[in-house]
Amino acid sequence: MNGALRVVLVDDEAPARSRLKELIADCAPLVPAKVVGEAANGQEALELLATVAADLVLVDIRMPQMSGIELARHALALESPPAIIFVTAYDEYAIKAFELRALDYLLKPVRRARLLAALERARGLAAPSGEALRGLESAPRRHLSVPERGRITLVPVAGILYLKAELKYVTIRTPEREYLLEESLSHLEQEFAEAFVRIHRNCLVAKSRIRGFEKSDVQDGEQGWVVLLDGCTEKLPVSRRQWPVVKELATG
Amino acid sequence: MVRILLLGNIAGFAAALIQSRDTVQLAQQFAELAAVLEPLLLLSLVSLYALSKWLSRLPYAWGIAIVMLLVAAWTALVLNASMVLGEATTPFGLARAWILCALLTAFLIAYFFWRKRAYSPALTEARLQALQARIRPHFLFNSLNAVLSLIRSDPKGAEEALEDLAELFRALMQDNRRLTTLADELALCRQYLNLEQLRLGERLRVDWDVETMPGDALVPQLLLQPLVENAIYHGIEPGLEPGTVLIRITRDKDQVRLLISNPYHPEHQHRAGNRMALANIRERLALHFDVEASLATEVEGDKFEIRIVLPYRRQE
Repeated sequence: MNGALRVVLVDDEAPARSRLKELIADCAPLVPAKVVGEAANGQEALELLATVAADLVLVDIRMPQMSGIELARHALALESPPAIIFVTAYDEYAIKAFELRALDYLLKPVRRARLLAALERARGLAAPSGEALRGLESAPRRHLSVPERGRITLVPVAGILYLKAELKYVTIRTPEREYLLEESLSHLEQEFAEAFVRIHRNCLVAKSRIRGFEKSDVQDGEQGWVVLLDGCTEKLPVSRRQWPVVKELATG
Repeated sequence: MVRILLLGNIAGFAAALIQSRDTVQLAQQFAELAAVLEPLLLLSLVSLYALSKWLSRLPYAWGIAIVMLLVAAWTALVLNASMVLGEATTPFGLARAWILCALLTAFLIAYFFWRKRAYSPALTEARLQALQARIRPHFLFNSLNAVLSLIRSDPKGAEEALEDLAELFRALMQDNRRLTTLADELALCRQYLNLEQLRLGERLRVDWDVETMPGDALVPQLLLQPLVENAIYHGIEPGLEPGTVLIRITRDKDQVRLLISNPYHPEHQHRAGNRMALANIRERLALHFDVEASLATEVEGDKFEIRIVLPYRRQE
């Protein structure tokens, strides 16, 4: 890669961004780098990354709405995911986790020498693996990221009715529309076990959206149950295997 | 020292009174007992209260001796009076009454001595240091970072920010069992908020409603600052939109009322740090004002509110 390293800064505190900008300018004679964009939160950052090409993103971890780690996970869905270096003021737990996974991080206030070293390394740095990032945060994501026409659309998990596996995709259904997601249903089931229940081999339903159950029409000589959801006319079949689990949820 | 003893005597005697009610089974017996006990309690309390200033200047042992003597004297007087008044058959002889009263008083003194020990300097200090260590490192490092960002563009602003930071840490490192004036505590909050404003900018709005506040009221040092820090940590930082922290302090006759309110983000609750700070402030309020002070929290719609009521005390 030729030319200066293209850097995007993501931090909810403006002074922190301007400080990093000053330092990157200081480092420029040694490691050519320039800031191509700044964002104050995860959402802004993803919108920005859809429009500017970046080699490296410096991400603050503690930000409102979406943590830096969740942002990094969503950024992986980009066509060419940038390298990511986390920046944190103080978080013993996170630092241990980064070292464990050989992810790069900077401590605030960032020292010039330390930044210089990070920028030097960033040239050859690949985007962190989804696996490594998944292990960093125990809390489930608040959004699912869906790549659409080169951009990333964030679907708030709280607004999802159900997730249905179809061939190699998972269909996300919200009251408004459907999205296609390239993740495995069993990973999603694990991550969102709190909010979703499996009603069928290929389907997870948001517990809070369940309105009731109905006997289904007789099919193949068998009668089963279907789930009725708020905000959706579709009736989803419950498999015989999952019925005891689902029933318990309905009565308990 | 004897002060707490006196304060506690009031509560203690009340408790003793209730206890005697339980143990004395017959109503008549109780009535007879009460006829002696009530005036005795009241007289003892009133006299102890009247003497409290003078007593608190005495050495502890002297204090105890005098309290004992006083109670004994009143016992004798009340018993004699009741006999003279012809209520006649008092259930106790004078000697028995003395022994009972002495036991009760000794028990109460021991109770308050124990209670004071529970709040003893060494223990309290350990607990308070735990709190001091709890000043969020996150805040310190982010503030230093914000100051660093100012040095080139706004050296004067950086100077002021460092001065604020120094003052804040001076207060944090002081013995915060001390009482300070509300005006001083508020000044500290303003310095703290200056720093937060620096890094949060537009996102932080502060609404001060303190015009009628009694600035000379005594409050435990670092009563407000940790609460305001919590308000920002839980109410402002997690929000994408700007939020307002309301600080309202009013005087209501001989009480001071404080209210701190901040936006409520349900997904950001269950932080142990928050409860720890609240527990610590409750403890310090109890240490200084006993049951006269209270701290309550509630979620009011989309706001989280903390209300504190304390007695209006001034420097003597």
